[in-house]
Amino acid sequence: MKKILAMILCLAFCAVCLAGCGGSSAPAATAAPAAEAPAAAPAEAAKVLKVATNVAFPPYEYYENEKAVGIDVDIMQAICDKLGYTMELSDMEFGSIITAVAAGKVDVGFGAITITEERAKSVHFTTSYSTGIQSIIVKEDSTIAGVDDLAADGVKIGVQQDTTGDIYATDQFGEDHMARFNKGADAVQALITGKVDCVIIDNSPAETFVAQNEGLKILPTAYAEEAYGFELSYDNEPLYNEVNGALEALLADGTVQSIIDTYINAG
Amino acid sequence: MAEAFAKLKESFIFNFIEGARWKYITNGLLVTLKVTFFALLLGIAIGVVVAMIRSSYDQTKDEMQPGFGKTLMTGLNNLARLYLTVIRGTPVVVQLLIGYFVIFVSTTNTVFVASMVFGINSGAYITEIIRGGIMSIDPGQFEAGRSIGFNYIQTMRHIIIPQAFKNVLPSLANEFIALLKETAVCGYIGLMDLTKGGDVIRGRTFSAFMPLIAVALIYLLLVIFFSWLIGKLERRLRSSER
Repeated sequence: MKKILAMILCLAFCAVCLAGCGGSSAPAATAAPAAEAPAAAPAEAAKVLKVATNVAFPPYEYYENEKAVGIDVDIMQAICDKLGYTMELSDMEFGSIITAVAAGKVDVGFGAITITEERAKSVHFTTSYSTGIQSIIVKEDSTIAGVDDLAADGVKIGVQQDTTGDIYATDQFGEDHMARFNKGADAVQALITGKVDCVIIDNSPAETFVAQNEGLKILPTAYAEEAYGFELSYDNEPLYNEVNGALEALLADGTVQSIIDTYINAG
Repeated sequence: MAEAFAKLKESFIFNFIEGARWKYITNGLLVTLKVTFFALLLGIAIGVVVAMIRSSYDQTKDEMQPGFGKTLMTGLNNLARLYLTVIRGTPVVVQLLIGYFVIFVSTTNTVFVASMVFGINSGAYITEIIRGGIMSIDPGQFEAGRSIGFNYIQTMRHIIIPQAFKNVLPSLANEFIALLKETAVCGYIGLMDLTKGGDVIRGRTFSAFMPLIAVALIYLLLVIFFSWLIGKLERRLRSSER
């Protein structure tokens, strides 16, 4: 009896192990290839580009019909199409993206990530494909009128953790003012419920959030200006050249601009 | 070897000393301890009360005379069971977010929200632990207490709870340790606890090893320290047995 039990446990353990192995290669969310022709050569199918982002940053990346879409995702898809890769997307916390790229867990990271000197020490940024500004969102009846008002005592600034909004505001206003959230949307939610007094976030998502929620406005004074780039590991130079080359070609032929236009200018 | 050590030292300085980043860890540790402490107090308070309701209902429901007392006890007992089902049936992260965004909307004190949520959550588990303790005491002791003239509260306070407490101490310690580590999800509501502090460092330095290992070590040391303390308390309580 005992032997049979041991045998069953053994088998169960093996099964779990095998299942674990199979699962590890499938990330949390896989973006369906947008425009993959069925006639594509089967030999190409094996080339997979692992990418990571935080899918909570409209219009750069967000879920629509259970599929990750947005400016960054579409540009990345265009790069993959050009190079013949299949994109395999995993959705992780913003602060983990650069670490994951630096550690070689994924090939490319993105997510409206601003190119900064600090970050460039860890990852290799591509050419910038878009620019953004950090905006301040407040409630419509807020007394905060500009950047200077944020330094006042007791003002809580909501940010998405590890974004440039977080880093700049921490440097300028100090730790006591900060309330860090995993998602930009959580920070906005906290603003609506009065937990924080303002939210500093990139302008495009700010506009989306303000459009989606009543009673919010964006202050006319921008907080900071910055440029976005994709990031790759310094250890894989050929891939960097491939991806950056494809991105530059897409920038040159207007594909990138037309993707940005579909999301921002055409609403 | 020496080279590896130098690299480790450099990484340590970069992660913790530069920009006084160690403050994220120490401030976070303070928040974690604060939340755990208040949550534990609230949890034990809830646990004792709800466990008394549950156990006295279970032990006396057959002999109770119909009337106001029975209706009240049945009502309280059903309420307690609803509480246990809901709290034990939902993940603590979800409860935390509900507490932050839905229930305690008007407060901006995140430590308070986290302490309340973890206290209410822990209370459900502590209830069952203490209920087990109370049920483990022979009903004859309760009857003896009542026959020498103690009322319900006095019997509980002087006879049942002291013995039950000794019996449940190991499980209570277990719950305390679990609670301490569970507070690591506080970051979801923007509270800078120990885990979040380590996370912020990771987001600034983009190195995973140092902040994560440091945070893990601190939790480990805390748990070892508290286990040792509880072991001492247990031994002291045992001394009356011989």
